[in-house]
Amino acid sequence: MELNVERIERYSRQIILPEVGGEGQRKLFDARVLLVGAGGLGSPAALYLAAAGVGTLGIIDSDDVDLSNLGRQIIHTTADVGRPKVESAEDRIRALNPDVRIRALSERATAATLPGILAGYDFVIDGTDNFASKYLINDACVLAGVPYSHAGIIRFQGQLLTVLPGRSACLRCLFPSPPPEGAAPTCAQAGILGPVAGVIGTLQALEAARWILGIGDLLAGRLLIYDALRARFREVAIPRDPRCPVCGESPTIRELRDEAPVACPTRAARV
Amino acid sequence: MELVINGEKKTYRNGLSVSELLVEGKVEMPQYVSVQLNGAFLRRNEFDERTLRDGDQVEFLYYMGGGSAGGDGWS
Repeated sequence: MELNVERIERYSRQIILPEVGGEGQRKLFDARVLLVGAGGLGSPAALYLAAAGVGTLGIIDSDDVDLSNLGRQIIHTTADVGRPKVESAEDRIRALNPDVRIRALSERATAATLPGILAGYDFVIDGTDNFASKYLINDACVLAGVPYSHAGIIRFQGQLLTVLPGRSACLRCLFPSPPPEGAAPTCAQAGILGPVAGVIGTLQALEAARWILGIGDLLAGRLLIYDALRARFREVAIPRDPRCPVCGESPTIRELRDEAPVACPTRAARV
Repeated sequence: MELVINGEKKTYRNGLSVSELLVEGKVEMPQYVSVQLNGAFLRRNEFDERTLRDGDQVEFLYYMGGGSAGGDGWS
């Protein structure tokens, strides 16, 4: 993609930043980011990355837009209810920024398919809301050496951690395995205040942008926890675990497998 | 003694173990919480024997994801 007059105008407010400039903008044009999930986290992440001019966005999600999604999944509109989320997201991104190449996959990411999909991307955003998918993404990214942003949200809280495989802690260094099925309250019971998804999904987009631009400090080895009720952030250092089952010294997970899905009866961002 | 729990100072009786702290703090689903003591993760089998000292910094970390346990389980 060339930096023509129109594009210089479109991206002028970030090109003017010395840390970005024309060179940084070209890095964004050349970058390929995969969003797993076009829900509460994926919506703001996709919109901001598209607006910033990230050249290629992959979106994978097997769900259709549900009325109960619209309280936070801001990439979809009322008219989109019943449509596949990836189609709705693609339309909205195209309307926002026609520069962006979109690869939309209306399917569920599995142990069989994810490695092949990942191969075409520089950075991955985990915007899923179930642990089977979160652990699948973690293991796939660690095994393939693709950096990614892990995040989770619930009620009035969110947290995120950026994983640089082999260099910083992964999800399994923090929690070696997913919680057993049925151990957790359901999505519908637990709830989420919409803007919390916006805060955390936007922070994920920033992680991707800083990775692409090579500026600042990533949330690698640092879990950022947001308490939206008290408007407070806190940070906890997460060291790599030498006994981590996937990125430790003697890993027991050497190939990708599907974790047993954790029950989650809502239709929110399940991929 | 004073402990710093998830960044906040709180007062507890001396000699409290990590397991007892999980009970006294009414931590939701303590079997799924990750515990960091002064920056290092504790193994689950250390919770009973590990006695807390004045000034210790404890972080309770929760699984978080829609449909997950987690949230602010600390009270």
